[in-house]
Amino acid sequence: MLLKELSEARGVSGNESAVRELLLKNLDGVIDEHRVDALGNLICLKRAKLPAATGAPRTVMVAAHMDEVGFIISGYNSDGTLKYERVGGIDKRMLLSKPVLVGEKAVPGVIGFRPIHLIGRAGTEKVADISQTAIDIGASGKEAAAKLVQPGDYVTFRTSFEVLSEDGLRAAKGKALDDRVGCAELVEVLKGDYAFDLYGVFTTQEEVGLRGARVAGYRVNPDVAIALEGTVCDDLPKERDRDVSPVTELGKGPAITFRDGSVICDRRLVKLLADTAEAEGIPYQYKRGAVGGTDAGAMHLVREGVPSVVLSVPCRYIHAPVSVLSLNDFENAIKLLRAALTKLEGGLDA
Amino acid sequence: MKELIKKLVEAFGPSGCEDEVSAIIRAEIGDKAEVRSDNLGNLIAFKKGTGGGKRIMISAHMDEIGLIVSYVDKKGFARIGSIGGIPIATLTGGRARFADGTVGVLYNEKDAWKGPEALSDCYMDTGATSPEDSPVKVGDVACLHRPFEVLGNRLVSKAMDDRIGCAVALQALLEMPSSPNDLFFVFSTQEEVGCRGAMVAAFGIEPEIGVAVDVTLTGDTPQAKPMSVELGKGPAIKVKDAGMLAHPGVKNWMVATAEKLQIPFQLEVLTGGTTDAYTIQTSRDGVAAGCLSIPTRYVHSPSEMVDYDDVLNSVKLLVGMLETEITI
Amino acid sequence: MDIVNLLRNLSQASGISGYETEVRDIVRQALEPFADEFRVDTMGNLIATKRGRTPAGAPRRSIMLAGHMDEIGLIVKDIKDGYPRVTDVGGIDHRTLLGQEVIVHGKRKLPGVIGSRPPHVLAPSDYEKPVPWDMLFIDTGLPEESLREVVQVGDLVTLRREFLELSEGYVSGKTFDDRAGVASLAVCLEMLAAMNHTWDVHAVSTIQEETGLKGATVAAFGLSPDIGIAVDVGFGAQPGVSPEESIKMNEGPAMAIGPNVHPLMQARLAETASKYEIPMQKEIIPGGSGTDGWAIQVARCGVPTAVLSIPLRYMHTSVETLNVKDVERTGRLMAMFISGLDEAFASQLGL
Repeated sequence: MLLKELSEARGVSGNESAVRELLLKNLDGVIDEHRVDALGNLICLKRAKLPAATGAPRTVMVAAHMDEVGFIISGYNSDGTLKYERVGGIDKRMLLSKPVLVGEKAVPGVIGFRPIHLIGRAGTEKVADISQTAIDIGASGKEAAAKLVQPGDYVTFRTSFEVLSEDGLRAAKGKALDDRVGCAELVEVLKGDYAFDLYGVFTTQEEVGLRGARVAGYRVNPDVAIALEGTVCDDLPKERDRDVSPVTELGKGPAITFRDGSVICDRRLVKLLADTAEAEGIPYQYKRGAVGGTDAGAMHLVREGVPSVVLSVPCRYIHAPVSVLSLNDFENAIKLLRAALTKLEGGLDA
Repeated sequence: MKELIKKLVEAFGPSGCEDEVSAIIRAEIGDKAEVRSDNLGNLIAFKKGTGGGKRIMISAHMDEIGLIVSYVDKKGFARIGSIGGIPIATLTGGRARFADGTVGVLYNEKDAWKGPEALSDCYMDTGATSPEDSPVKVGDVACLHRPFEVLGNRLVSKAMDDRIGCAVALQALLEMPSSPNDLFFVFSTQEEVGCRGAMVAAFGIEPEIGVAVDVTLTGDTPQAKPMSVELGKGPAIKVKDAGMLAHPGVKNWMVATAEKLQIPFQLEVLTGGTTDAYTIQTSRDGVAAGCLSIPTRYVHSPSEMVDYDDVLNSVKLLVGMLETEITI
Repeated sequence: MDIVNLLRNLSQASGISGYETEVRDIVRQALEPFADEFRVDTMGNLIATKRGRTPAGAPRRSIMLAGHMDEIGLIVKDIKDGYPRVTDVGGIDHRTLLGQEVIVHGKRKLPGVIGSRPPHVLAPSDYEKPVPWDMLFIDTGLPEESLREVVQVGDLVTLRREFLELSEGYVSGKTFDDRAGVASLAVCLEMLAAMNHTWDVHAVSTIQEETGLKGATVAAFGLSPDIGIAVDVGFGAQPGVSPEESIKMNEGPAMAIGPNVHPLMQARLAETASKYEIPMQKEIIPGGSGTDGWAIQVARCGVPTAVLSIPLRYMHTSVETLNVKDVERTGRLMAMFISGLDEAFASQLGL
């Protein structure tokens, strides 16, 4: 299953090549051209195969980012454990007691912590200071560690992808669902035929500042841009039973963003997505809470501005070692996107 | 100019929803300039010069700060997010207004006498009792609800930032005699969320010089953060703010114009906040950018205050700057 | 090249972000013998271009080098009772300002001192806290009337510090961040004058790096280079900074490793350093490098970029300290890297 392979592939911001190779393999025979640019973006072109109507956009860019949050090794401790730094906004409360994989060779390691016996109950009431932690690969000392890993090696969580249940929400767990789910959707979407040139861009370095999308957007210079994301899903129990926004809910369908921290989406595109969902009987929701940033934040400001929108699959626990999504939402996102792209052939103002 | 200012400040236009303001400005411009809109909703009014001058972009932003409904709870209370920088201390007991005129009361969960600690403590009461009978839904946008008032020589309203800049730029456009310079009056969008409108407008226009017209703070209120700008002492010529340093040539041109026309002016160093000049400056291979600031008290509160003479002098200064040949 | 002297002249020159004219003239003089063309762009970047000898039929390629010539400093935001009040341009730890001598650049240059009330009269609680920005004032010794004839809001204030030669090649002064980087560009261009290279070299002394990488942003857009290297300073090992947060002094420049650096640029720099036995360290940077390289990398369609850091102690104080051998090594590394640039590398990069 491509989503499983993508979730388990390892590609922290700045080191996305393994994900890129996997995607290229799966796009063989699907796309007309591709290039890898200076930031490592995989820019794929599916030329227009259908006749264009008047008012139709000539170029549409759909982006999903390949990078995941992770770590990078910054040095050795004398006892053979490894110093590390976070890459991208990892929730630092989530690091204790987690298994990781280090470097190209996927050397297994763990992020341990002081035993509770030595901390005492009172000490457990504060968030742990992660500068007090290290990655342990079982090396006996600095020299032994240096044989296995180098500073600059990237580190990912060690999390396998698994479908939790075939019924109901069809929930699945895995790492990096933000945004390998977007990448999986984009592969499917590229298999379709459209009345415009479709640039499917698998971007890099979204997690450290929307960097890949910025330069890819400049090069492609699209008429319309769509970002595919895995987004915040907070349909979880709240403190004091507060009745506040879940942002999105698992199983209620792909989420349409009208605005987030990085972009105010074009109203026509928001409407296009909602109208398409209604017409096709596809469940959908709005992202309720303008939190987070996405590649659309970079794409909409390219050159003289590009009408843009974000379509997301709700993911519980993003930026943590294991996330959960609903395969129904994933499949509905693909359906909605393909139908919306077809509708887009009639133009933005139709 | 007070009628024009009132019309502009009372219009609805939080970032991303500037249509109403754009329509008002477009109507005022009439056929005095060539007008177009771009992908981000910027209103660009072009006045061709007689020749031999510079290509100048003037930018005043149409958007104001506001609130957005992120959720309606089981009892009909709406949860809100901010559009732009809203000082949450100014919300409790205030009111907000939606595009269709619906009004909501703003309050917070914490001790009412102390005020909220975060926006997540705040909510809006529109009189609804459930999501079903709520007049507002997720995604609806509201501006602060406060009327325009005249206090002697001072004018007070919500959204002086930056409708007063729009009024000044618009008035300058309408009064502009012939000029050697090609003038692009941009009424920009989404400044409050990152000077986004001006960024894409500048890319399209490729100006040699960019001048933002926006508000700046003053240091003349009790225990104010030290700052030399005061209400009533004339328009301020920006030297630096938190986002950018004005091009010295642009600053000097502005000062020389004010001195020549004997317009009172002040020099401004602002430690917090920035303007459209920030994104205009680093467009393409760089633009000589500066800013004409209208001194304003209580910025980002529902009761922003300007001095009417400062406003009139700002128009004079802007016209004076744009009508001549310029050396930077 | 007398690097110590060059560094002295660069360090002593004034050039606060946005007002780099004085230092730009000095840089221009220093680079004059080694570049073919000079240009100053709209925002004030100085672009010194040394043309390469492109083989017939091959495309013209270019590398952009960037070292920023602006310095952090102060600007007058208000004048109260004859004492100018200031705020910073770029990031200054205001605790390092107490007792600092300065120059106020008004209608003429005025020497001044940043003073504070004496400890004898302060309450213990005030003495235990740093003096806040709003209570820092500059004493020029002038009465208010005379002061206001010379100084106005918006005037710049530079830190006044002599250049000191310490032992073993160490020197200390203000603004080695990043005049040391600019000096290394001079070293590089001087070496290239005696070498063959096929790619054009745009050595850019950028403006306004300290206030948001602005010079590099617009220069990279304008030049649209094929590749770029930013040279700045890095945290040298010093008291109060742990070994893992810093790079070693006097062991050559550090090459950044992380998302800001293209893997092939990284590999090639490492090869070059190894081949020509130039000491070079590695520095892990998990996100933005805080240098011009972060801006260059995302110009237009993207630029394969690398970042080199010259080890420096006490960054953003007036006693920045480095070893001149590291400046020479950095310049030399760039020159050898440039001399090896060819079409094969361009192909590898997919240019």
